[in-house]
Amino acid sequence: MRHWIARQRYLIDFTLASLARRKTKNIGLVLVFSVLVFALASVTLLTSALRQEAARVLAQSPEVLLQRMVAGRHDLIPPGYIERIGRIRGVQQVEGRLWGYYYDPVVKANYTFEAAADNPPPANRIVVGPGLARFRGVQAGNVLSFRSYSGKLFTFTVDAVLPAESELVSADLVLLNEADFRGFFDYPAGHFTDIALSVANPQEVRTVATKLAAALPDSRPILREEVLRTYQSIFDWREGIALALLSAAILAFAILAWDKASGLSAEEKREIGILKAIGWETGDVIRMKLWEGLLVSLGAFLIGYLAAYVHVFHFSAALFAPVLKGWAVLYPSFTLVPAIDGLQIATLLFFTVFPYAVAVLVPIWRAAITDPDAVMRG
Amino acid sequence: MRYAGRLSVLAAWVFALLIALFLASFADAGRLGQERSGELAARAELAARLRLTDLALFTEARYTRHPSLADLHSAAQDHPLSLEHFPSGSLLPPPAHLRNHASLDRQTTVPD
Repeated sequence: MRHWIARQRYLIDFTLASLARRKTKNIGLVLVFSVLVFALASVTLLTSALRQEAARVLAQSPEVLLQRMVAGRHDLIPPGYIERIGRIRGVQQVEGRLWGYYYDPVVKANYTFEAAADNPPPANRIVVGPGLARFRGVQAGNVLSFRSYSGKLFTFTVDAVLPAESELVSADLVLLNEADFRGFFDYPAGHFTDIALSVANPQEVRTVATKLAAALPDSRPILREEVLRTYQSIFDWREGIALALLSAAILAFAILAWDKASGLSAEEKREIGILKAIGWETGDVIRMKLWEGLLVSLGAFLIGYLAAYVHVFHFSAALFAPVLKGWAVLYPSFTLVPAIDGLQIATLLFFTVFPYAVAVLVPIWRAAITDPDAVMRG
Repeated sequence: MRYAGRLSVLAAWVFALLIALFLASFADAGRLGQERSGELAARAELAARLRLTDLALFTEARYTRHPSLADLHSAAQDHPLSLEHFPSGSLLPPPAHLRNHASLDRQTTVPD
């Protein structure tokens, strides 16, 4: 065993000395390889953390939401619907929700206005999301004016700013009381935006949704499990798109790595010839090159993964923010709870280390089994 | 400056450090998870209290702000045959419930 270890150490010494002779080329290769692993690992870590975040944050969202559709569009719930739904067996609690969008031309951002059912702010006072507060530069006690869709100017005093840690769900929120909400949007009395309801037995949710669709044919029930599934598929899709875009980079790197690993330079061929001539066995040459492939690819994987981890969880994936932001003016600043998917990391490790090590092996094996004289002559 | 010792020893140290950092990232993930679990609970509590259904990640259009509530014609909502014009929209698939909602749709007498 000791002999085997000593032998491997000499091989590693030789491999590293050989890599050091082509320093610039090899450092460049490790760097490009690391950047690629960094990009892939960043996408993987960010999407798996966002997926888990959505699943945990929205786990308590309404069990069933009921929208009314008119001509394929979401419309207001007229009076009487809540009473009719309340009569359906299995429905435990029914509450109308009041919310809507407001485009703020001052900063060209969209806000979500919501009438808070629980603990609403006093009249003419609002509670704002941390993103909006930061963007408009307001804090509790400041005054904000919005011109409503009817053209009237409304002035509200900021009662409080929602806690910064809730920004991922509340960045653009403006909470106000029901009377202010109805006044601001000119909402007809008794109408609601949609209805949130809870079901006594969680196993009956689908049955209740079917009953709702039958009793109110113009309604569209949206179940909590569908909301959660939407988020799972959004991030699966985003991850897929990002990986598809990165595939060009992966392919370019694969060509580079293949070229570097499979096409031996004249210098490398001469080196193998000399090694064989001074008595190295074919197995030793292959072992040396295996170490080379392993050191380069494992080193690049570790550097790339560590950089991605720090980027996503300590710098809030700052490099990806412009992509996630799209055209939105208001973008939440958030820190994610790390969720590392071991299987994905293992897959990434396998696909970075294994192909490179194999690509290195084939040409070396071919060169190592030929006659040293022929190899040295090229 | 040239390194005078054996290169294999140097490599062993560098890789030991990288592997230790790799393992430390899992420990750090656990630590951050505990540290930030309060923030996550606060978000979940707010979402439950205000009956929120979506993350405020993409605020540029109503179907990206609330993808789970988007109607059946979201991408073409402004006029028929209108092209999708928001970058986020080009990355968003139709919400899952719009694709798997056929069974309920069939049971309504008036199409929505």
